[in-house]
Amino acid sequence: MSNLRKGKVRLLQGNEACFQGAIYAGIDFYAGYPITPSTEIAEGLARELPRIGKKFIQMEDEIGSIAAVIGASNAGAKAMTATSGPGYSLMVENIGYAYMTETPCVIVNVQRAGPSTGLPTKISQSDMMQARWGTHGDYTAIAVAPSSVRECFEETVRAFNLSERFRTPVTVLTDEVLGHMRELMTMPKPGELEVMERPKPDIPADWYRHFEMTPSMVSPMAALGEGYRYNVTGMTHDREGFPTAVPSEINEKLNKLKKKIERFADEIYKVRTEMMDDAKIAVISFGTVARATHQAIKMARERRVRVGAIQPLTIWPFPDPIISDALKNVKKIIVAELNMGQMVNEVKRIAPRNAEVFFLGRYDGEVMTPQQILDKIREVK
Amino acid sequence: MKAAAEQKKKEDRYEIRLSGSGGQGLILAGVMLAEAIGVGDGKNVVQTQSYGPEARGGASRSDVVIAEGEIYYPKTMKLDILLALTQEACDKYYPDLKENGILVVDSTMVTQVPTKKYYGLPFVRLAREEIGHVMVANVIALGAIAELTGIVTHDSLKEVVLGRAPRGTEEKNQKALELGFSAARKLKKEVKSRG
Repeated sequence: MSNLRKGKVRLLQGNEACFQGAIYAGIDFYAGYPITPSTEIAEGLARELPRIGKKFIQMEDEIGSIAAVIGASNAGAKAMTATSGPGYSLMVENIGYAYMTETPCVIVNVQRAGPSTGLPTKISQSDMMQARWGTHGDYTAIAVAPSSVRECFEETVRAFNLSERFRTPVTVLTDEVLGHMRELMTMPKPGELEVMERPKPDIPADWYRHFEMTPSMVSPMAALGEGYRYNVTGMTHDREGFPTAVPSEINEKLNKLKKKIERFADEIYKVRTEMMDDAKIAVISFGTVARATHQAIKMARERRVRVGAIQPLTIWPFPDPIISDALKNVKKIIVAELNMGQMVNEVKRIAPRNAEVFFLGRYDGEVMTPQQILDKIREVK
Repeated sequence: MKAAAEQKKKEDRYEIRLSGSGGQGLILAGVMLAEAIGVGDGKNVVQTQSYGPEARGGASRSDVVIAEGEIYYPKTMKLDILLALTQEACDKYYPDLKENGILVVDSTMVTQVPTKKYYGLPFVRLAREEIGHVMVANVIALGAIAELTGIVTHDSLKEVVLGRAPRGTEEKNQKALELGFSAARKLKKEVKSRG
């Protein structure tokens, strides 16, 4: 039998891998509004979810989509939506509501160039800061950034896990090229990747508090309709979920939103380093650009330049300790990204004092080329 | 010579671009080619695309990178094969072709070819006149590329084209592919006899 009919290895698009990852992670509910370059995720789930008895709904817009996702999650569903920059901008108010109400949900942002409608079919990485600071107020955000079709699958699974484990929204930050790119992939078997569920209460309903303080700071979460009573509000609230103006309770709530994630940051960080052992120059990049960087450092190594690459797969919280450790013997740092300078400021914040940080940006809708990165390496060398 | 071979091995990338205007089915053609090479023939492959927001018209292209080993940079860097179905695409992408790269053009649509070393076949005209449907020009072109370059086995390509053809169009697509093979075979002979 031919390989094509065996169907073991498949040619899969990044967006397809992303929705397949969602299914693997146990998605129960998807609500969304189609937008280039993310539409294939909605298309795929519209086809697949009814087949496995799960729900898909196309909403009237992105505001309604994230609202439906938050509602579904509070009813106990693993829920996701996918969009691009313009849609994410519409969602940010309700994403803030999800942070405040500690509602697990996954938001995929297949980045395109902005601001506003921008360039629907062109790549960008200019939403990195939006994934961290999109909504107003204080909170800590988690965002993951894959760079291959396989990673679109794996990082979507991981986003669900982090979201459920920490009761928080998680953003999957991909981009137009990655979303539409096709690569060969063998589907992970059930059990091959870890799949996590949200913590559930194991106490009588009368004792239940929706925002209970626990040693991990993550509160077990009962679903609406399971017999546990609770209040959900975007107003700053106490452990029962009712609005509060008591300073100590306000402090407790905000510290919880921050610390429930930061205390376990070591388990959230994910960074790939290549040829950093003897490197004097480091190139830091994520997503599709990390692929160009890898090619560029291979070319530079052939010319005997001691250069290595650092690629954060967890983009938020920014992996400060891992990256600063990788940079400790480096003299020159190049930060390559498809925007006018976002990650570069995070790197500057943690770079060794005696190292110089250089920015290499591109924002014309095209992918950064290995040659561009190689030229920059030569320039700073 | 040996050094060049070593270098070639190290490079290990083979890059193809299918270009024309939106609506000609070039992105689908790229997907079919990548699937045939990757899944069918078992080489590593990445397929990417570039297109505008319009459903028809505008420049459209689909790139396929092939390697034995890992493919880091997913986009093309220097093309080994360029297919151009419009003059605009040919003008725009010819500079991306390697010195010894293979240029394949639609000989009716591309009237000013920037080199003497190229293969020209009237894909769109063949589709309309021989198959009765302009939509299959992309499949004829795929057949021609397979025959001219040997980059993909005929069997894998046949299987993929049939598998991806919308129901009811299998026969037309199969005929289109065979036409691509045979037209290119004839063209190769002509080029050979001309020297």
